Amino acid sequence: MSVSSTPKPVTVALIGNPNTGKSTLFNALSGVRQQTGNYPGVTVEKKIGRMDFEDRAFSLVDLPGTYSLAPRSPDEMIAVDVLLGRRGDMTQPDVVLCIVDASNLERNLYLVSQVLELGRPTVLALNMVDVASDKGLTLDIARLRKQLDVPIVEIQANRKRGLAELKQALAQAAAAPAHTPTSPFPEAFQAEVRSLAALERKQGEPVLPRYLIERLILDTGGYLEQAQLAGVNESILAEVKAARERLAEAGFPVPAVEAVSRYKWVGEVLDGVVTRPSQRRVTLSDKIDKVLTHKVLGSMVFVLVMIVLFQAVFLVAEPASALIDWMNGELTMLVEASVAEGALRSLLVNGVIGGVGGVLVFLPQIFTLFLFIAILEDCGYMSRAAYLMDKLMSRVGLSGKSFIPLLSSFACAIPGIMATRVIENPRDRLTTILVAPLMSCSARLPVYTLLIVAFIPQQTYFYGLLGLQGITLFAMYSIGIVTAVIVAFALKRTMLRGATPPFVMELPGYKVPGLRIVLHRMLERGWAFIRRAGTLIFAVTVVVWAAAYYPRNEAAVDPALFQRQAFLEEQLADLETHMAFPGHDADDHAEDRAALEEELSEVGNQIEGEYLEDSFLGRAGHFVEPVVRPLGWDWRIGCAAIASFPAREVIIATLGVIYKLGEEQDEESETLKETLRDAKWEGTNEPVFNIPVALSIMVFFALCAQCGATLAVIRRETNSWRWPIFTFAYMTALAYLGALVTYQVGMLLTTSA
Amino acid sequence: MTLMSEVAIGRRGRVTNVVGTDEISIRLLEMGLTPGVEFEMIGAAPLGDPLELEVRGYRLSVRRSEAARIEVAVD
Repeated sequence: MSVSSTPKPVTVALIGNPNTGKSTLFNALSGVRQQTGNYPGVTVEKKIGRMDFEDRAFSLVDLPGTYSLAPRSPDEMIAVDVLLGRRGDMTQPDVVLCIVDASNLERNLYLVSQVLELGRPTVLALNMVDVASDKGLTLDIARLRKQLDVPIVEIQANRKRGLAELKQALAQAAAAPAHTPTSPFPEAFQAEVRSLAALERKQGEPVLPRYLIERLILDTGGYLEQAQLAGVNESILAEVKAARERLAEAGFPVPAVEAVSRYKWVGEVLDGVVTRPSQRRVTLSDKIDKVLTHKVLGSMVFVLVMIVLFQAVFLVAEPASALIDWMNGELTMLVEASVAEGALRSLLVNGVIGGVGGVLVFLPQIFTLFLFIAILEDCGYMSRAAYLMDKLMSRVGLSGKSFIPLLSSFACAIPGIMATRVIENPRDRLTTILVAPLMSCSARLPVYTLLIVAFIPQQTYFYGLLGLQGITLFAMYSIGIVTAVIVAFALKRTMLRGATPPFVMELPGYKVPGLRIVLHRMLERGWAFIRRAGTLIFAVTVVVWAAAYYPRNEAAVDPALFQRQAFLEEQLADLETHMAFPGHDADDHAEDRAALEEELSEVGNQIEGEYLEDSFLGRAGHFVEPVVRPLGWDWRIGCAAIASFPAREVIIATLGVIYKLGEEQDEESETLKETLRDAKWEGTNEPVFNIPVALSIMVFFALCAQCGATLAVIRRETNSWRWPIFTFAYMTALAYLGALVTYQVGMLLTTSA
Repeated sequence: MTLMSEVAIGRRGRVTNVVGTDEISIRLLEMGLTPGVEFEMIGAAPLGDPLELEVRGYRLSVRRSEAARIEVAVD
């Protein structure tokens, strides 16, 4: 061994129950030195932090929060594989750092009992001692040290207290020799484990670690039997079954024997350690809970919290997107002033600035939602929300944990989909992800607004209380919800069928949310969106720009338009020279100049419109016309629908170009509304737009998956291309069908009336 | 024999058995609902389901259908 080289960093695996302050500790130890990635094939996030202590480098692996190391899915297998050093992509941890909640030692030590059996040096971080004393608990930590025989360090993760002692303990533990752990199981069980190991050895198979043999016997769900672990063959599995039967006869039924044995061990370890007050103290958390889960008050508070969350998102969305629009405008002017007209300028303005804007425009809402979700999580209300809504959500086959993700999706599906991480059951989580984009997000609102104001009459009923326009908007939101309910119901009965997962859920004590952890979570998730989804949205926007720009064939444009343009430019130049001549009052010709400029811009818009018609996008629009004709759409609407693939709201700017108004159109634009009303089918006098057509477009946009960002986030969260493709296919099919029915029924009603 | 799903709010008791060997039963056991453990029924959600209990010094939410797997003796 060379003396000069620095020693290999100590690898520490961090594990603990949810709600114990594990992320807070991870952040406190590693600060900004964190790396995230994915383990291949699963949806578990791989988080590694770095820290130093007395010239020693540490690498800290954050494992997902869990109550038990009992893998029942590939995701849950990750933690076991990391701890046992069975993963090729990282070395076995030198030390396991287990964080426990001092106010809830009994349940927390269940996991500790499993961790200790792995036989790695282990350090216990005892967090939330203050909460324990608030509950009136007295802890004899010296006695716990004696009875547990593991280094225990008292910490306060949120105040960064005890971290130096903790690092010291980790460094010492890494140097300590490993020891064979004792087993909490009864002798009969241990004997079965030994004989299975002997059988593997006899067969010449690789011998599984003791912990995995135990799990193989205990996993009655069958995941490990099918996981094709090395060393497990048919005869071993037959022996496992026989062992279970023998154990049941001996009075140690599997799987109950594990919980009974471990909690018995926990009872022995905690004997004389925790003293509860004779009269159970009613804590502030208990009082808050009484109100927040109350039949009437609890429901009222819940509705209020949801309204505040929702309003806050819309409140920041407005000025923030105005700011981004303004920035885009300024940048566009800058580019137009410094880059000559042509492909490069168009790429910069419509591709790059548009693409970056398309990413940025979501950010304020996403960050606000992440902020709220982080606050709700950290103060303990998130699980209460799931508790309150569970009954309702179970009617569609989901659980209360799907409620907040789906509600958030009304603002934006991206944070909604990212918030599904709280749902442990993979089928429930996937169902929630797949229906989340059906919730009418804020990007659909401009599309609805434009079409409703332009085409739906301002009729009111019930003395003006109920307006037809409002009803239409409400109907669009309802279509999304009803479809989501049907799709979720269908998915849970077909592709994602399976046993109802447990809803057995801890309701953690309430606490004041920690500013640091809340901000950290918000930034971490927001940044993850920018990094993973942002690049993809940007790329798609550039592709769509190219499709709308090329081949840019001048022959496709009416030559008369170019002549007119050249003529107007000449006139304008003449006028400007004339006006610059000394002795002239510039105001005299200001009107003429304005008129010339206006006509020039109109001609320019007409030329752009003709270029677009000839572009690949325009040709695609013509190509799909027979397909979209039954929806009441002409090629221009088809074209705008295709162009809006990166993001729905793009349809408005595209309609602006296509109807030769230029691209500076928004949903408030009067000219765009008028132009849409006046648009005629080519070669006829028949208007393109009527109420059924407007409704058909709205229904299409209510149900379609025209949002590159959402698809990118689904790809990231499911770690596979299969699900974004599925989402796009099923939503587009539903959108087409919905638009078709809307138009055909609408035409039937309007022509017969 | 009484089931956890039948216990009135505010009552205390002991778990006597958890029926079943599937994921739900395993989860109930892991969360500390083992035979012999004391519990208190704290309340029910506004729509009547799920239930909130206190066990081993913390609060736990279980659906009525899950609570029906837990056999208890009420004090």
